[in-house]
Amino acid sequence: MNRRIEPASEPRPAPPPNRRASPRRARSMASYFTNHLRAFFASLGQLLRTPLPTLMTATVIGIALALPAGFHAVLSSVQTVAAGWEGDMAQISLFLKPSVKEVQAGKLADRMRAMSEVAEVHYISPQEALAEFEQSSGLRDALAYLNENPLPGVLVVRPAAQFAEPAAARGLLRRFEAMTEVDSAQLDLAWLERLHAMVGLAARGVWLLAGVLSLAVLLIVGNTIRLGIQNRREEIVVTKLIGATDGFIRRPFVYGGMWYGLFGGVIALVVVNGLLLSLSGPARQLAALYHSNFRLELLGGAATLGVLTAGALLGWLGAWLAVGRHLRRIEPV
Amino acid sequence: MIEFHNVAKRYPSGHAALRDVSFAVARGEMVFLTGHSGAGKSTLLKLIALIERPSAGEVIVNERNLTRLGRRHIPYHRRGLGMIFQDYRLLQERSVFDNVALPLVIAGEYDQRETGRRVRAALDKVGLLGKEKYYPVELSGGEQQRVGIARAVVHKPVLLLADEPTGNLDPDLSREIMALFEAFQRVGVTVLIASHDHDLIARMNHRVLTLHQGVMLNGEGAPAP
Repeated sequence: MNRRIEPASEPRPAPPPNRRASPRRARSMASYFTNHLRAFFASLGQLLRTPLPTLMTATVIGIALALPAGFHAVLSSVQTVAAGWEGDMAQISLFLKPSVKEVQAGKLADRMRAMSEVAEVHYISPQEALAEFEQSSGLRDALAYLNENPLPGVLVVRPAAQFAEPAAARGLLRRFEAMTEVDSAQLDLAWLERLHAMVGLAARGVWLLAGVLSLAVLLIVGNTIRLGIQNRREEIVVTKLIGATDGFIRRPFVYGGMWYGLFGGVIALVVVNGLLLSLSGPARQLAALYHSNFRLELLGGAATLGVLTAGALLGWLGAWLAVGRHLRRIEPV
Repeated sequence: MIEFHNVAKRYPSGHAALRDVSFAVARGEMVFLTGHSGAGKSTLLKLIALIERPSAGEVIVNERNLTRLGRRHIPYHRRGLGMIFQDYRLLQERSVFDNVALPLVIAGEYDQRETGRRVRAALDKVGLLGKEKYYPVELSGGEQQRVGIARAVVHKPVLLLADEPTGNLDPDLSREIMALFEAFQRVGVTVLIASHDHDLIARMNHRVLTLHQGVMLNGEGAPAP
């Protein structure tokens, strides 16, 4: 037998040196996280020790964040309603050639119903069209003089939801127009497009407002942190003398800025949802008078997360910029 | 431990604080640096701690040439030093314990028990073991300076720099502080003390470097045994 038998007492070969697992590196990783964790909570403690000034700064940030967030909430409520309208409004009327008989029209309608772009097809025969026209126009007597029915058969097509918005509906229109049975097609888009343009403009406006107010948040946090740096000038000098790195000194301020932004975000959420709640009753009444199902929705999960994240990020960035500018100038002398 | 080679320091105002200074301090030595105020004592200490850069010449500390040390490396260089100041420079809104723990925190010591053990050992050495919960304002000048010393030694530096450590203290307290420095020197720490207290220096048996208007009068030659 050729089996190798290893004596049990033989020492196992030393494991290959593993850089990641070296105690020195593990130690420095641990200090790194400890330092961050310490700064994270120390900066929170620092802010909570002076609750009133902290609250005031956070409120200013909160109002700056609440404005775009509030407009966003109103706008998305409008968009929800508008999307509902779109589905109802986008209708393509296909006027069939006079030569197309009812059976052919029925087959065409079936073919269209099979298309994924189409939600619903309704056929109006020339007779039905005439009857409807007589009723709505009040020209019954005049129509009686005509020898034959001048009205063509009509297919009324309601596009599927994803083809209801103007550009897609227009493409669908062009395809229907090209069909041999179709004489002409019509799509009334003018006011749908106007609505779209208005909503688009408002959305752009909200983003611009958000941009300007983000700048305001950066400046507010930057200025607050600058004052904090000035107040702790001596402490910064002493820690630098003892061997603190720029990162060590920067950390509590940057985390402080992040806390300010996060608190501001929380305040913004309270303000916006409070306003929406107090407005939702009257808004629903007004909408009911117009037979609309418009409702003001509270900020959703994504928007809530967005406001908090934006607040924290802006606070962090504002502090980081301020600290970078001011810390370098503070050197022991 | 410390080597100065033809070091000059001229401030932007044109004032020449040090001119062609050369000297050396051996590892484990305790040396006084003396001279009138304005003679350049503080400038010399600042060059060692890299608070200032020399205009000319080379400064070598702990076998590291500071001339070529980049800005990013300064904090790590300072962690090898213990600095003691005339005005103590304690953080007023932090307790004695937190003040002394600061160098360990900065160096990233994450083990709370180890931190506590070393802080108490340092406070014990300076005789302030019971006062870790006090705040600096609650202590006398001599006690505050001893907190400053505890902070300077807690991370076991190889070199202690003291700038007029007894400048604000009465003679009895000054003697106590100096005795502390001698105790550290006995365990191998290199100590450089800038002082103009001639009486005190004269009573202690250590090498004295004298600066006069930026010129070192007795720097050359081998360090005393």
